[in-house]
Amino acid sequence: MKLTLKIWRQKNTADKGGFVTYVADHVSKDMSFLEMLDVLNDQLTERGEDPVHFDHDCREGICGMCSLYINGKPHGPLQTTTCQLHMRSFSDGETITIEPWRAKAFPVVKDLVVNRSAFDRIIQAGGYVSVNTGGVPDANEIPIPKTIADLAMDAAQCIGCGACVAACKNASAMLFTSAKVSQLALLPQGQVERKTRAEKMVAQMDAEGFGACTNTGACEAECPKGISITNIARMNREYFSAVVSSENM
Amino acid sequence: MTWVTKTLNSTLGRKLIMALTGLFLILFLTGHVSGNLLLFKGDGGQAFNMYAKFMTTNPAVKLLSYLTYISVIGHIVYSILLSQHNKSARPVSYSTSKGSTNSAWSSRNMGVLGTIILIFLVVHLQGFWAKMHWGEVPMVTYEGEEYKNLYLIVNEAFKQVWMVALYVISMVFLGFHLSHGFASAFQTLGLNHKKYSPAIKMVGTLYCILVPSLFAAMPLYIHFSSY
Repeated sequence: MKLTLKIWRQKNTADKGGFVTYVADHVSKDMSFLEMLDVLNDQLTERGEDPVHFDHDCREGICGMCSLYINGKPHGPLQTTTCQLHMRSFSDGETITIEPWRAKAFPVVKDLVVNRSAFDRIIQAGGYVSVNTGGVPDANEIPIPKTIADLAMDAAQCIGCGACVAACKNASAMLFTSAKVSQLALLPQGQVERKTRAEKMVAQMDAEGFGACTNTGACEAECPKGISITNIARMNREYFSAVVSSENM
Repeated sequence: MTWVTKTLNSTLGRKLIMALTGLFLILFLTGHVSGNLLLFKGDGGQAFNMYAKFMTTNPAVKLLSYLTYISVIGHIVYSILLSQHNKSARPVSYSTSKGSTNSAWSSRNMGVLGTIILIFLVVHLQGFWAKMHWGEVPMVTYEGEEYKNLYLIVNEAFKQVWMVALYVISMVFLGFHLSHGFASAFQTLGLNHKKYSPAIKMVGTLYCILVPSLFAAMPLYIHFSSY
């Protein structure tokens, strides 16, 4: 396959940045998208040019590190992570536009790498539970209905990649935040901080400068882990009930 | 009351106001379309004129009308606040974005649809509501009591083709606005559950087709029955 790549290059956060066009020759359709970029980077390095910086880690679709806004969609044309996207999803001669996630809360570090630590700060604000120290508790010590455990696990599938923010026309982080609020609010272990968690995580989400949800459903449609927007409704319930009943002034 | 202002200034609080005012306006539209169905009665406007007098004099209706004004203004003000906030959340936009592959057109264009509806609303209020309240309206007598002949004003207005066209087209935009707004309001309130969400979505779809269609039928009926 021969592809034309329109890639966003940006030296650092302060740099204005712009698109640079590269030609990727001899691309195998069995390559993953990141492998295709690896080959391009080898060529750039051989030519003495600065390789294209992009985030990646496990390359198994479980860590949430890879990103990239490919041809107008986060993680490209399939509902998966970029590392699990293969070149067979593209056709020979195609032009592929690759951009970083775009959000005020996700500043570009370099090229296609964005700083997603805003997500970490939302977790730090309330995405934890209190546990007793001491011996390891028995696995089934706390009874949890299967249906509830399943819902919590569905929410806990979120890998925090930020595709929801990237896909949202408002750069809203409500799918991410709601998944993190939900996974703990649903379980007995999460009850201690339940109200404070909803209040603090929403406040942190706002403080980071993410937009407000307009219920377009784009996040759910693009999420590589299929997180449902029913979580957003749950977060709204958690938040509104918390603000009228919590002890926090 | 810091916690109240803090909540209402949060993104979720602002969305709550959008949802509540939106739902109240949906209630208003339901009442408005039901009452105006009297235009189809074919009694020369007697029932409609009597209804119009009731709507402008009854104290309970007055209270509801103030709530409607507040809802309209609140819905507009908070939509502007949220739109500005959302715009600032993405200072650099994408060069290519395929929104149509992951969301409905109406859901992505609520601001545009709302602005068109607002322009229509100004024309609509000026043509009928302002005339009824402060304008010169010819009087008509039914059973010894005097009534403002709003029916005549409505008839005169819809003899003009451009007015009919404006109303019909505006109702299409209203339909699209409601097609997203109805179910969206419930989602914002946190009411999304497998037990009742399918019903909310179904009622929303029926509502966004039925109500604007009935409204659009009124100018069409009056225009073509005047020949």
